[in-house]
Amino acid sequence: MDSVTQLQGQLVDYTTSLFNEGYLNDQYTQLQQLQDESNPDFVVEVVSLFFEDSERLLNELDRALDQQSLDFRRVDSHVHQLKGSSSSIGAQRVQNVCIVFRNFCEAQNVEGCLQCLQQVRHEYSLVKNKLETLFKLEQKLLAARGSIPTQ
Amino acid sequence: MVCDCIEPPWPADELLMKYQYISDFFIALAYFSIPLELIYFVKKSSVFPYRWVLVQFGAFIVLCGATHLINLWTFNVHSRTVALVMTTAKVLTAVVSCATALMLVHIIPDLLSVKTRELFLKNKAAELDREMGLIRTQEETGRHVRMLTHEIRSTLDRHTILKTTLVELGRTLALEECALWMPTRTGLELQLSYTLHHQNPVGFTVPIQLPVVNQVFSTNRAVKISPNCPVARLRTLAGKYMPGEVVAVRVPLLHLSNFQINDWPELSTKRYALMVLMLPSDSARQWHVHELELVEVVADQVAVALSHAAILEESMRARELLMDQNVALDLARREAETAIRARNDFLAVMNHEMRTPMHAIIALSSLLQETELTAEQRLMVETILKSSNLLAMLINDVLDLSRLEDGSLQLDLGTFNLYVVFKEVLKLIKPIASVKKLLVTLNLAPDLPEYAVGDEKRLMQVILNVVGNAVKFSKEGSISISAFVAKLESLRDSRAPDFFPVPSDNHFYLRVQVKDSGSGISPQDIPNLFTKFAQIQSLATRNSGGSGLGLAICKRFVNLMEGNIWIESEGLGKGCTAIFIVKLGISERSNDSKLPFTSKVPASHAQANFQGLKVIVMDENGVSRSVTKGLLVHLGCDVTTTSSGEECLRVVSQEHKVVFMDVCMPSMDGYEVAVRIHEKFTKRHERPLIVAVTGNTDRVTKENWMRVGMDGVVLKPVSVDKMRSILSELLEHRVLFEV
Repeated sequence: MDSVTQLQGQLVDYTTSLFNEGYLNDQYTQLQQLQDESNPDFVVEVVSLFFEDSERLLNELDRALDQQSLDFRRVDSHVHQLKGSSSSIGAQRVQNVCIVFRNFCEAQNVEGCLQCLQQVRHEYSLVKNKLETLFKLEQKLLAARGSIPTQ
Repeated sequence: MVCDCIEPPWPADELLMKYQYISDFFIALAYFSIPLELIYFVKKSSVFPYRWVLVQFGAFIVLCGATHLINLWTFNVHSRTVALVMTTAKVLTAVVSCATALMLVHIIPDLLSVKTRELFLKNKAAELDREMGLIRTQEETGRHVRMLTHEIRSTLDRHTILKTTLVELGRTLALEECALWMPTRTGLELQLSYTLHHQNPVGFTVPIQLPVVNQVFSTNRAVKISPNCPVARLRTLAGKYMPGEVVAVRVPLLHLSNFQINDWPELSTKRYALMVLMLPSDSARQWHVHELELVEVVADQVAVALSHAAILEESMRARELLMDQNVALDLARREAETAIRARNDFLAVMNHEMRTPMHAIIALSSLLQETELTAEQRLMVETILKSSNLLAMLINDVLDLSRLEDGSLQLDLGTFNLYVVFKEVLKLIKPIASVKKLLVTLNLAPDLPEYAVGDEKRLMQVILNVVGNAVKFSKEGSISISAFVAKLESLRDSRAPDFFPVPSDNHFYLRVQVKDSGSGISPQDIPNLFTKFAQIQSLATRNSGGSGLGLAICKRFVNLMEGNIWIESEGLGKGCTAIFIVKLGISERSNDSKLPFTSKVPASHAQANFQGLKVIVMDENGVSRSVTKGLLVHLGCDVTTTSSGEECLRVVSQEHKVVFMDVCMPSMDGYEVAVRIHEKFTKRHERPLIVAVTGNTDRVTKENWMRVGMDGVVLKPVSVDKMRSILSELLEHRVLFEV
């Protein structure tokens, strides 16, 4: 039972730290609330969906920004999608970078866009790692006991 | 030898010499006296310019005389001294006389020209004298004219003017007779109106078309006419030899209408009077030019003076007329006031007297209804009750309206619960509506304050009246009542041009719209709706009863509440919407629950409603789609997800109650989809509610979406609680006014 408490404590700490560092926001909490018996893997499903979507979008962005003649509209629409997805799951930092990215797109600033793309990739990989770690912790706890502590 | 012959006294030669001697003596004498005379006379006159010449001349003459005098001594043998003196004298004389001769060459032409100049000056003097005489006469004439004009213009009485003219003219010009002929009313004749010497001229008339008259009228100069023409034959010719010369001149009679503002009166006015002036007979006097001029000037002045007099008469008459009218109006006003007072007294009495028995009848008939009655009796009682209710309504309406018209009606202000008022109306109207199978829905805006200050009873009366009309005139369909706080921009409706809402801090404008799907009203009847006793003659209304006063009273109440009421309809059979706006005070009581639905809706109650609620989620973004779906599934809904507008349109059906449309994706045209959904489901209760989900916090955008056909707009991110409240609000009110 120690390990359970320990694991629980770890999970809580880790989650709190994620919130404190701004990787996640309230929206994530909402998602967690939607998870119940009828829908036990809701969060994981949604987050996986987010990962897939984001990978795809980031690749699209790479391709778009590589072109000779930049189609800012296209870039903007991709970023918009990314922003939407990240805000839906509460990936705050990614969302913020997307907002800045959109501004650069409006200003048609190539340098800025490239910079933002890098940043977005960076943030995305960060949050991905964090979330994967979080899920692993949850799995461990689930394995050790039968429930995940609710916030 | 001494000759003793008789020696003549004088020898023959000596006689000649003796005569010479005497002549010389007299010559000398003359020569000496001439200069003396000259000197004497020249001294007498002071203006002789040639003194030097005179001296010269004198010297010449004196010397000549001296010469001749000295000659006296030279007849005999004379000594040498005498010869010397003689020679000297002669020499001098010669010198002086030559000088004088030379001098005279210059002098004599001058003297002659003096004479010519004198003649010239004399002529000039005569001429100036003549001119002086002329100027003097002119000046006199001018003086006379001024005096005449002064006399004429000093009076505004027509008769005095004319009389004075004649008198003064007569005096100035020393006339024998002076007469004035005025045109008659018909304008065909000239009538002798004034004369100088006959006090009351007998009505002589001459036709106006006489050649002499035409001649005078055709020019503005004074015209000499024959003394024998009809206009000049005024006095009895009592053995006069030569009648004096006669002159006639026209006097224009100007009217007020001749004076336009920018248009000086042309003297082509048709009306002239004729002034005839006669010089005294046997005087051999003639009309001089300056006298004629005088006459012309006077004629003009008379014309002006006459028109002034006419204007004055006109204005005096108008003033009297106005005074009479004033008196009449005053009387009428006093009569009206008396009438109104009598009516008010009557109403005050009848108000009480009529209502008391009415209430008695109604109350007792209702009581009677409760008792045991046969079917026949029951029918009778019901009829009595219905009739007396109708009568009571009529009495109330009429009494209210007359009080409203007087302005004696005042609102009973008080704080009341607005929501309760609407609910009451709904409660009252629902039974009738359900009998007619009409669906009644009530939508209250969330920002509508719960408590307001105003006349609760009358507000309810207005709402009830309007809703009642909607129910009355709808045979089927639905009636929707919505109430919200009117924004200032929407208040200025072009339909209500004289409605000026004044925003203020502790008041708000309540806007209520009652839309029905009934028989509608044709556009030409709409203006008469609020007219008293006017009813629209259509089949549906004929049996509905009512006095036609309802809307008129509503309008009065609404106006008292500083508002406006109007009805819109697209035509017969297309239903109509009654809208009114009234000003209510904001109450101090708790109005801070801006989202009444959240406080009123307990969570448990909401949960149950959503079970199996069919909804559609339209979102391009997979992640947010899943999240929204998760939310709704969590709340118990049956969710269908679509990722595009076309898919949504394909899937949507009557069973779906709500469509959540994500509209922040730029590619999708949410507006299009909403429009197509509206087209697909024409009947309101079949159509699913459309909610736009957006991340855009712009207020304008929100209003745009509302305008486009969305039933609500929701701001992302949506929490569970929020979604819950949204759903319950949607289902209860079928509209969402919340962010």
